[in-house]
Amino acid sequence: MLDKLKLPALLGVVAVLSGCNYDILSPAGWVGEQQRNLLVISTLLMLIVIIPVLVMAVWFPLRYRADRKDLSDYAPDWAHSNKIEYMVWGGPIVIIIALGAFTWVYTHRLDPYRPLDIAAEPVEVEAVSLDWKWLFIYPEQGIATINELAIPEGRPINLRLTSSTVMNTFSVPALGGMIYSMAGMETKLHLVANEIGTFAGRSAHYSGPGFSGMTFDTISMSEDDFEGWVTKVKLSSDDLTRANYLKVETPSFNEPVRYFGKVDDGLFDRIRGLCVEEGKVCMDHMMMIDEQGGGGLEGIADEHKYEYDQDRAIDGFGRPLPRPEASLTTHDNDHASAAPLRLAQDEDIANGN
Amino acid sequence: MATEPALTAPETISPIFGRLTLDWIPYHEPILVGTFAGIVLGGIAVVALMTYFRLWVPLWRDWLTSVDHKKIGIMYMILGFVMFIRGFADALMMRAQQALAAGGSEGYLPPHHFDQVFTAHGVIMIFFVAMAFVTGIMNYVMPQQIGARDVAFPFLNNFSFWMTVAGALLVNVSLFIGEFARVGWLAFPPLSGSAFSHGPGVDYYLWSLQIAGVGTTLSGVNLIATIFKMRAKGMKLFDMPVFTWTTLCTNVLIVAAFPVLTATLTMLTLDRYLGFHFFTNDMGGNSMMYINLIWIWGHPEVYILILPIFGVFSEIVSTFSGKPLFGYKTMVWATACIMVLSFVVWLHHFFTMGSGANVNAFFGITTMIIAVPTGVKIFNWLFTMYKGRVRFEVPMLWTTGFIVTFTIGGMTGVLLAVPPVDFQLHNTLFLIAHFHNVIIGGVVFGVYAAVTFWWPKAFGFKLDDKWGRRSFWFWFVGFYFAFMPLYALGLMGVTRRLNAYMDQAWQIYFVVAAFGAVLIACGIACGFINFAYSIINRKKLACGPDPWDARTLEWATQSPPAPYNFPENIVVHGRDEWWRMKQNGFKWSTNYQPIHMPNSTSTGIVLAAGALVFGFAMVWYIWWLAAISLLGCIGYAIAHTFNYDRDHWIPASVVAATERKGEPA
Repeated sequence: MLDKLKLPALLGVVAVLSGCNYDILSPAGWVGEQQRNLLVISTLLMLIVIIPVLVMAVWFPLRYRADRKDLSDYAPDWAHSNKIEYMVWGGPIVIIIALGAFTWVYTHRLDPYRPLDIAAEPVEVEAVSLDWKWLFIYPEQGIATINELAIPEGRPINLRLTSSTVMNTFSVPALGGMIYSMAGMETKLHLVANEIGTFAGRSAHYSGPGFSGMTFDTISMSEDDFEGWVTKVKLSSDDLTRANYLKVETPSFNEPVRYFGKVDDGLFDRIRGLCVEEGKVCMDHMMMIDEQGGGGLEGIADEHKYEYDQDRAIDGFGRPLPRPEASLTTHDNDHASAAPLRLAQDEDIANGN
Repeated sequence: MATEPALTAPETISPIFGRLTLDWIPYHEPILVGTFAGIVLGGIAVVALMTYFRLWVPLWRDWLTSVDHKKIGIMYMILGFVMFIRGFADALMMRAQQALAAGGSEGYLPPHHFDQVFTAHGVIMIFFVAMAFVTGIMNYVMPQQIGARDVAFPFLNNFSFWMTVAGALLVNVSLFIGEFARVGWLAFPPLSGSAFSHGPGVDYYLWSLQIAGVGTTLSGVNLIATIFKMRAKGMKLFDMPVFTWTTLCTNVLIVAAFPVLTATLTMLTLDRYLGFHFFTNDMGGNSMMYINLIWIWGHPEVYILILPIFGVFSEIVSTFSGKPLFGYKTMVWATACIMVLSFVVWLHHFFTMGSGANVNAFFGITTMIIAVPTGVKIFNWLFTMYKGRVRFEVPMLWTTGFIVTFTIGGMTGVLLAVPPVDFQLHNTLFLIAHFHNVIIGGVVFGVYAAVTFWWPKAFGFKLDDKWGRRSFWFWFVGFYFAFMPLYALGLMGVTRRLNAYMDQAWQIYFVVAAFGAVLIACGIACGFINFAYSIINRKKLACGPDPWDARTLEWATQSPPAPYNFPENIVVHGRDEWWRMKQNGFKWSTNYQPIHMPNSTSTGIVLAAGALVFGFAMVWYIWWLAAISLLGCIGYAIAHTFNYDRDHWIPASVVAATERKGEPA
């Protein structure tokens, strides 16, 4: 109730401040709106105690300053009052109980993993943070883009996220909260756009020299426009095969938008499993082997099939490095990589997924 | 602008120089060459002056090898202020870059440099500025507050200090030899792993924090032992001044939390040096584990910084209100609550990592609960002023500025503790504004207040009032100019650590923030001018041993205190003992006894120098030097255990003479 009254006033002040987009205060999607409302409720709840404190912080020292005329109320030994103690513990506790209740309810309602209660067909999107750009795969349409996320207005967007190398955070403030993307792992996020428009998206977690350029436009469009957009992307002769992905994945800065008309099936799962490259064992398969007792001593020769990071080493300027032969790390491994490879088994494992 | 080190060729490691080559000297970076030239010129000037005034021997004898807790405390403060200049220079560079790099402009710092600057800023400000300041204040004040002559382990104290210095030096060496880390101040893997952070930057980070961490942990042990074992006769725990209580809680946190940091950084070191897979993407590593572990240390660390400052403000408010602290027991319990709760909130630093709603809600609510004891503390300070006689001296000015600023920072902190709100504000400039709001408004204001408050104790004269006020107002106004725009930018969703951005509407906010940083620079300058001005006018500013009409035992000694602090053992009867003593017309007896004191030793500085060489050698893979310096340190430490010349007696006649000299005229 209260926030409905205060909000227009608050937004008015904001609008006067500048023509900037206070995306978080005036979001364009249900999730963002809920989060904004909670921000306002929490602020108002806290102001109940913050305002008196601020007033007292200025008023008390001025009111009781030593050079005041009438010093008769100076109480040099007064240092305890049960009444005040109850107040200063009780007041904050009551407010925190209220805030805690809101927190509990809203944290469950806005759990990023929870599908949204919207009676519309959701759109599946698989987002991958690469060095330093975003790859969006639309598995249902079989298309993919770099640095452009088109979504139909009003339909929930079910995002699955992972990363090719380091951590990033998928963030479109106009739609709602963010979630990390991490290599070898999958996170989920559910958003919806309730307005048509173009919203800024970015990585919100520092990820290396090209981080500042990891921006993308989130374009919310009508259902028809979305169909048109999908058709346009499908026309692209660029295909995102496993081999092509490995080229796309190499570090690059400030990438322009790019469309892929076709995507290999299960590419996202392979990216998440760190096994796009031929001959690598997927993470879930590795975990299965570990669960069954691991590869044992004879598995040491297969080490390279489980290795991933060293092939992607970069220098301080974001340029790919050759495999660091001379570093201490690989000294021990030299023997292993020199050992004869059991190729047949490699193939089995690589394809077994 | 800079030519880039030739890294694309496979690295070779020389048996003599490790991976250190001339390519790693950044002589092509004008900013660094200029800084280096300035430091060399300044260094030559200092060396020349020291030699001219024949200060080397007194410096070595009376300061560097001293085990006196007061001198070590002062040296910690000097370290803090020196590193503060470095850390603040980094801040100005960032503010300038972000004010310039809008709408396609690249500014003047390429990512390779900018990313080092923000990492160094965070690392230096937390580990070598804030930590040095609070450790210095605790070292200087606490033993005197409990009526002790020194800390429990005086040599260990000296060693801890020099290890902190060694860590700080190693960070600064990276400025001119090689590079610093480009990973953010907590060095999250996999970015900080060997694949994505090639080169010595992260290794500098790891070894400097490990070396300084030894000092911090041992200093924590030392101060806890001091409080438990060395209190004056009759002083019960609930008679201790609140600053001593907060020191106790802080050091419990240090001893509990820093080993976690040590272990976490060791695991990252093993990943980087020996090809382990604790936090790599492949081979079963798990980077989420690092993020949990580092914050299990990192959140208590926040309270390690702020709790002693809460103690500082408690002493100041009660002194300048002419009243005992309101609700002393509540204050102590609130501190203890914060100490315990600070270990169950770490996950609020990464609500966005995908924990379930139950986990997120749990950690969100525990975080909010911390706001309760913190709020109680603020009320208690306010009610200490209530019905008091508030003298608006400079420390009180900082205190009022603190209460206002910290309250606002606390509010935005609770906002960030609400998980769904954090989903939006995480890693935005709103977060940056929040923690600067509490660290500047809390720790920095508190340090200035503490320095102004205890300066007359340490040196026998007050700091100048006018320059103190100027410093406060520049800082106070500068803070709001510098950080309110960041709150606004955060609400637009602007992310931290951007070295350039396209949206030109943001630029004006960054320009205002940069202007605020310039105001803060004026505040810092006024602070330093104040030190110089007051030292020059020290005769005029001279004051007695108790210039503020204070309440706790450190004001019972001379100003500056004699090496032994208290000429005779005292017996404590209750809280605010010095206040009671004054009212009873206390006089020291003149029947002095000989006093037992520890000897100075150069072992601390030698071991720390060895540790610095070891760190440098490890960073550059100079294995022979690492082995020699490590074995040398261990050997030297063992040899020191055979040094039986560790203590001396100050004869009663010397005590009597010292006390006569220090008598107020």
